[in-house]
Amino acid sequence: MLEILLDATVRAGTPILFATLGAIINERAGIINLGIEGLMLIGALAGFAGTQASGSLLIGVVAAFVAALLAGSIHGFITVQLRGNQIVSGLALTMFGIGITALFGRSMVGLTIAGFERVAIPGLSGLPLIGKAFFNQDLLIYFSFFLVVAIALFFYRTRWGLALRTVGENPAAADTCGVPVILTRFLAVAIGSGIVGIGGAYLSLATTPMWIENMTAGRGWIAVALVIFASWSSYRALAGAYLFGGITAMQLRFQAMGTTVSVHILQMMPYFFTILVLVISTIRLQKGASQQPENLGQPYDREDRK
Amino acid sequence: MKLISEKRELTSRLFRISAPLISILVALFVAGFLLMAAGVNPLLAYLEIFRESLGSVYGLSETLVKTTPLIFASLGVSLAFRMQIWNIGAEGQIYMGACGATAVALFSGIENHSLMITAMFLAAFLFGGLWGGVAGVLRARWQVNEVIVTLLMNYIAILGVDYLIYGPWKDPKGFNFPLTAQFSEAARLSEYFDTRFHSGFFLALFCALLMYLFMERTVWGYEIKVIGSNPKAARYAGMRTGLAIFAVLFLSGAVAGIAGFSEVAGLQHRLQHGLSPGYGYTAIIIAWLAKRSAFGVVIVSFLMGVLLVGGDSLQLSWQLPIAFVYAFQGLILFFLLASDFFIHNRLRLIRGGQHA
Amino acid sequence: MSNLLQIKNIRKTFPGVVALDTISLSIARGEIHTLLGENGAGKSTLMNVLTGLYRPDRGEILLDGVSIQLNSPRDSLAMGIGMVHQHFMLVSAHTVFENILLALEGVPNFYSRRTYRQKVQKVLDAFELDLDLDSPVWKLSIGAQQWIELIKLLVRDCRLLILDEPTAVLTPQESARLFQVLTRLRDQGKSILFISHKMREVMEISDRVTVLKKGRSLVSLSRGEYDESRLASLMIGEDQIPMWIKPACKYEQLALEIKNLSARNDRGLADLDNFNMKLYRGQILGVAGVAGNGQKALAEVLTGLKEASSGRILAEGRDITNSTARSSYIAGIAHIPEDRKSIGIAPDMTVGDNLIMKNFASRAFRRWIFQDRAAIRRNASAKINEFAIKAGPDGNPVRYLSGGNIQKVIIARELSEKPAVLVALYPTRGLDIGSAEYVHKVIIDGANQGMSTILISEDLDELLKLSDQIVVMFRGRLVGCVDPQATTREEIGLLMSGEVQS
Repeated sequence: MLEILLDATVRAGTPILFATLGAIINERAGIINLGIEGLMLIGALAGFAGTQASGSLLIGVVAAFVAALLAGSIHGFITVQLRGNQIVSGLALTMFGIGITALFGRSMVGLTIAGFERVAIPGLSGLPLIGKAFFNQDLLIYFSFFLVVAIALFFYRTRWGLALRTVGENPAAADTCGVPVILTRFLAVAIGSGIVGIGGAYLSLATTPMWIENMTAGRGWIAVALVIFASWSSYRALAGAYLFGGITAMQLRFQAMGTTVSVHILQMMPYFFTILVLVISTIRLQKGASQQPENLGQPYDREDRK
Repeated sequence: MKLISEKRELTSRLFRISAPLISILVALFVAGFLLMAAGVNPLLAYLEIFRESLGSVYGLSETLVKTTPLIFASLGVSLAFRMQIWNIGAEGQIYMGACGATAVALFSGIENHSLMITAMFLAAFLFGGLWGGVAGVLRARWQVNEVIVTLLMNYIAILGVDYLIYGPWKDPKGFNFPLTAQFSEAARLSEYFDTRFHSGFFLALFCALLMYLFMERTVWGYEIKVIGSNPKAARYAGMRTGLAIFAVLFLSGAVAGIAGFSEVAGLQHRLQHGLSPGYGYTAIIIAWLAKRSAFGVVIVSFLMGVLLVGGDSLQLSWQLPIAFVYAFQGLILFFLLASDFFIHNRLRLIRGGQHA
Repeated sequence: MSNLLQIKNIRKTFPGVVALDTISLSIARGEIHTLLGENGAGKSTLMNVLTGLYRPDRGEILLDGVSIQLNSPRDSLAMGIGMVHQHFMLVSAHTVFENILLALEGVPNFYSRRTYRQKVQKVLDAFELDLDLDSPVWKLSIGAQQWIELIKLLVRDCRLLILDEPTAVLTPQESARLFQVLTRLRDQGKSILFISHKMREVMEISDRVTVLKKGRSLVSLSRGEYDESRLASLMIGEDQIPMWIKPACKYEQLALEIKNLSARNDRGLADLDNFNMKLYRGQILGVAGVAGNGQKALAEVLTGLKEASSGRILAEGRDITNSTARSSYIAGIAHIPEDRKSIGIAPDMTVGDNLIMKNFASRAFRRWIFQDRAAIRRNASAKINEFAIKAGPDGNPVRYLSGGNIQKVIIARELSEKPAVLVALYPTRGLDIGSAEYVHKVIIDGANQGMSTILISEDLDELLKLSDQIVVMFRGRLVGCVDPQATTREEIGLLMSGEVQS
């Protein structure tokens, strides 16, 4: 029972994990991206369409990455190069994503593909309790483990990672050290958005291998909230995503068991808990337990006179 | 050669005022390509939008019917915008407002028409306000990001209404459809010209006027503008910014909640699933397009009403998903943000590369 | 001496402002070249042109006789031009190591942590700096941050070092040490462009001085060709400096008494530590100290913007500790804030709206819940006349005003209710001489009419000129109290460094 629940937790948490990681890369570079929900949808549709057309899951994932990267670039261009309002641009991106996937997804409704299959890692998958949940999963889940570690190493062990964090903290300081601020920020938004797209593709290629209009159902917004819970760290993003995976898994489990509690009330739980977690992590933030990137939400204009 | 941008003095008033219009036109142009890619002839589609929404008395009445909730919701959202507070939760506040009004309509037992309508109005105002006020308390007390809270509360509100209409409030004679019983005559706004056009529209116009007076003439409007311009200066001037944040989010939610009242009392006469097709989200765009003016909100709401009515008919004739309207709205916002840049900057080509 | 850098006819405008009109100057190898000019003369703008932050509208920059284009700080660094900015370009959340690493050239993407840590440590050792590589920068003292900023340049092997008012945040003793380092670098053949408006420093360190005035370079003089009065008259020009007659304080009636006041900052450290002070009616009390030693906290606690953790504030005997910003304003405490643009004004609103920001709810400007627009307009034109504010056309947002005029708007507002106490935090910072003199006149006029002023400033000349008494703050405590007639700069400097107590 616990083993099944844990397995469902990881599977439900993975799309949110990708989305949170992508959002963290955006925010570390100082750009708020409220377009996560739209990017996930674009990733989901592109991933599905790519796989549907080519028969290859890999091509589907790449298509999701590229499509979300391109859509995210609109947000990047408007907020970084044109210094537009990040909140409005992000909302526009979400609306654009919802609309455009509804439009182009019409022809995909009802089609099916062969989704990701489980691949057991010899030895580890036999571990009691956690073996099945963590080491008998599909390749995208293994990729998400890799990404969590890779992003942490990138931030703290590479020069580009340092540059990325610096443009989010103090772009003027980065600029005077010769870091190309505008390019760095733009790339962070674009690539971060691409990773969000993979999260969407997980929904349409693994969770339920099909395309459903608006299939993200608010997961993108949960990811935006989780960035604060994760205090902009990829390891904590993993914890946060699985926390929500857990709540979703339990909620589904309750439904399956046929409780008397209304299904609508159960479905509220993830949103309700997200708000709760957001409040708690914000209070922790106030108390100085963690720091948000100092220049988050601020456009950088070299010639701005202070 | 290299393209650079540089700041310029404020451009002409004409350009600033026409920028939203230009954005809409450019968005129409780009959306045309999207429509073509989806196999729809954009010219025919646009023609149909205008014909359906403005080409007949019925079409115009339908447009005004959609304009009505948009005005309420956008006034609410724009009130918060003035203080640099982002109320993305108008959608949920509409649902809660409708929920409050419905509770009164179904269970109060009031028979007097004016009394009933007033009570429904107040309930919607209160429910919407409290829904927005939650985000207000969290933001004022702990600086919790109101964008995320108001947005997530949309999902909770919609699921909450679903719970009621699938469960305790379901019409026993409704063949198991997810809706409540019809309201009594006392709980309905007047309709005109044998169409669905109802008096909620006039209430919306009145509300816009009140909002204008509130923002431009009262002491509170002044405080909101100071806080919106510079919250640190407001605190330095002794304004109670925390209280103001709560009050504004409450009021913002309350005004959006009135849209819920107007929808159930004026149009739908019951609470049902999907009672708002995303008016709350469209309101964000309207508020941003209308910049700071209550008058602008009315105009832009009407334009969006045109778009929604047209979108509905496209759904029927071309099987275009109504959500396509969102893509179009997203594009408008993108171009509006871009036009802001060109209002304050100009582009120039310069010679020379990195080194001489 | 051959010229390293030549600047010819540089011009730079911003919307509505000509920041640099025509600037020409040349910098030789191995010299310390000072740019002297009052605030607003264009010193910082010129520096930002040289470091590639601002792109000039026209003019030419020659390095080693070759014309160069500086499109970004990257270009400037590649040419060997580096700068210590007045507002440090440090990432406060990053560690010392990360801040310096970012400035190093040729670091590979996957760098060896150990090698580079050793490298950075070696540089710190060379300057005898005892700093923890892993300490976040915000935990360090301002002086230490200044050193890191300098080291960021030195690790890059710059040929021209630009320092923008580097001594503003240093004690006189720390400044002396900085000057030693600069002289050593000069002797190694590096060129240094030093920006200051402090005459004494200029006399002490410069090989050559270029005077800027209103965006033009007036003249470049070598050591021996100038003296203090020549420079001063060049810098200020024909502007008359009026002398104000200051009444002597009688020390009779107590206006404000601060008893054992303590306050903590966001990070839980003490901002004010058992602070005691007395202020008399009509007194101008100067507060000296290196920035960041609790001056801002003192002003904020007094004006109700910050809570005291313990202690009491008595205004004419009444306890006003932890009152709100509005109630302390009503109780007669006015406040000229440090950062006038970021907290003093609502930038998008008109001058008239900004002038009533603190008393908008009073009967004078309100009819029931409505604003009395006519009264607000009348008030605006009266204040604009009285304080000679250049407000521009009607309805002009206040953000389009110059710094001096914004300061006048704030002062006009703060004085409109005839306060008993004025807390002025760096009131003339960044103002041109004319505006600064106006501020001084307002303070002295106020004293003549019985207003008491707490004048917090980093400019010792200003303090010595205006104050009846000068107290010195160090780490949130009051470490000394001196008589401006009888003290020396050295005495105040030692008190500021915390090394002695009087």
